[in-house]
Amino acid sequence: MSLVGQAAPTRTAVRPRRGRKLGRLVLRYVLLLAVLIFAIFPFLWTLAIALTDKHGGGSIYDFPASLFPRAVTLRNFVEVYTTFSLGKYIWNSVSITAMTIFGTLLVSALAAYPLARFRFPGKALIFGVIIATLVLPGETTFIVNTLTLKHLGLLGTHLGVVLPTIAGAFGIFLMRQAFLGIPQALIEAARIDGAGELTILTRIMLPLSKPSLAALGIFTLVGTWNAYFWPMLVLSAAPDKAPLSVAVLRLKGQFNYDPFNIAAGSIIMMLPVLLVFLSAQKLFMRGMEGAVK
Amino acid sequence: MIRAPRSKSRFSLRDTLMSYGFLAPALILLTLFTFYPLAYGSYLGFTEYGGARFGQGLPPKWIGLENFRTLLADPLFLRSLVNSVKYLIVVPVLQLASLAVAVLVNKNLPGMAFFRAAYYVPVVTSISLAAVMWDWVYNKDGTLNWVLGAAHLLSRSSMFGWLNNEYSAFWAVMLVTFWRGFGYYMVLYLAGLQGIPQELEEAAVLDGASSWKRFWSITVPMMKPTILLCSLLSTIAALRVLEEVLVLTNGGPLNSTYTALMYVYSKAFQGFNFDYGLASAAGLVVAAVALLLSAVNFRLFRDSSGDSV
Repeated sequence: MSLVGQAAPTRTAVRPRRGRKLGRLVLRYVLLLAVLIFAIFPFLWTLAIALTDKHGGGSIYDFPASLFPRAVTLRNFVEVYTTFSLGKYIWNSVSITAMTIFGTLLVSALAAYPLARFRFPGKALIFGVIIATLVLPGETTFIVNTLTLKHLGLLGTHLGVVLPTIAGAFGIFLMRQAFLGIPQALIEAARIDGAGELTILTRIMLPLSKPSLAALGIFTLVGTWNAYFWPMLVLSAAPDKAPLSVAVLRLKGQFNYDPFNIAAGSIIMMLPVLLVFLSAQKLFMRGMEGAVK
Repeated sequence: MIRAPRSKSRFSLRDTLMSYGFLAPALILLTLFTFYPLAYGSYLGFTEYGGARFGQGLPPKWIGLENFRTLLADPLFLRSLVNSVKYLIVVPVLQLASLAVAVLVNKNLPGMAFFRAAYYVPVVTSISLAAVMWDWVYNKDGTLNWVLGAAHLLSRSSMFGWLNNEYSAFWAVMLVTFWRGFGYYMVLYLAGLQGIPQELEEAAVLDGASSWKRFWSITVPMMKPTILLCSLLSTIAALRVLEEVLVLTNGGPLNSTYTALMYVYSKAFQGFNFDYGLASAAGLVVAAVALLLSAVNFRLFRDSSGDSV
């Protein structure tokens, strides 16, 4: 009797707490799953549509059946690639993205080197002005930039899309931080050995700041591959030179309406960025966090 | 006499020349594509430029405040400004949700790395893909209506396309902004949360503070700088919404999603007006509102941070 009487209170004291803890854990995961569905549902559905055999009958709007394609096929990918000559737009995207990454890394590294390592008149002013571009509201810059490109004969060219975007505060700042972290002794040693500044930059600074270069490259890749407004504006008179991001929406307008092909085209466009993001996810998130600290 | 040699050693000519040589590409590009357009764009706002003048190769003509008078008299511009300000509703919702999600994933439990990455995927999605995907969700026969129908919140006959409806399009576009943004702010908040010293939390637990209390008296005050940064970024982004509107609704239906930057874009590039002067003036108004809101944001947070206590 007394044994039970003693056991009961301890049990009731422990159980609700453990139950509450478990309940909270379950609640946490339920919430996590709800947010997950919100975040990735559009992708899953697009993937399902892209993989559905359109000749297998049924509509994409036949829920929930259309979420689980009965007949899976890769034919939509082939079809959208050939009928819409997607290869051309993929090449445009690759060209614009590659040029932008190369230009951004080059210009940022060159500019960051003196800002991190040399004393010269106007240094603080130049650095301040570059950082100020982060907060200056540029609502009219795209208007004037298109006029400038027109004067330069670059409207409707990939170079016209690329040039205005490669010198940015973000890249210069990131590379400067990386260079600041490299020990001065290394540079002094190289100078004593008679190395010129360009040699020091390419042989010492750049190899030692590979993680930052990689981060900047990945950020630029994702941003450029996905960019819509600026390439659309610059290439509005040269539809054949448009990147995938612009072409995909035209696809939506033209094939009004073959959702299977559009979905397949969307998946093709998304794949490179998704792969880069998933493989460099940690770098990405850390780069983002670096913006706060 | 004493200073001359010192100032000579402060800046060597070699270093100075070299520095400017290395900086040249960046400075030229920044001047050409950032500073010059800022200055010239501001000037254009006070001129008549574009349209016929532009076609005949005539230079901009100074007309003072005329463009701003035109804007004030244009119901479409006023509508677009109201829409842009209304769009700011997304800011507090987005910030609270991102902070909540950050708290949710800020625990060492199995699967957290996966959730964080998955929540970030919308951030790295192109706006054109978002447009394609959300079009299917919002379609009359799309998933949103299906879910609402399954939950008996909407009958089959009363279903509508969310982007084609004057009353829903605005909120539908805003949800896409929310979807693309919450992962971004989540990561920033996560960084802030992980910067909070563990000892503070532990001390509060020992003192018997409930988790709700700990959140309000430790997490939120410690996160103030991050919250300020995020709400500032989010405010400016909301005011400058253009791409979402452009690809999802093109300002329609009945101008219900027409935002201020959409006005700037369409005056300059849509149709055959090419009214660069008026568009630039509208851009200046948006820029002014953006600066004003940034200042308000700073003020708000400084006053409520309790630093003076």
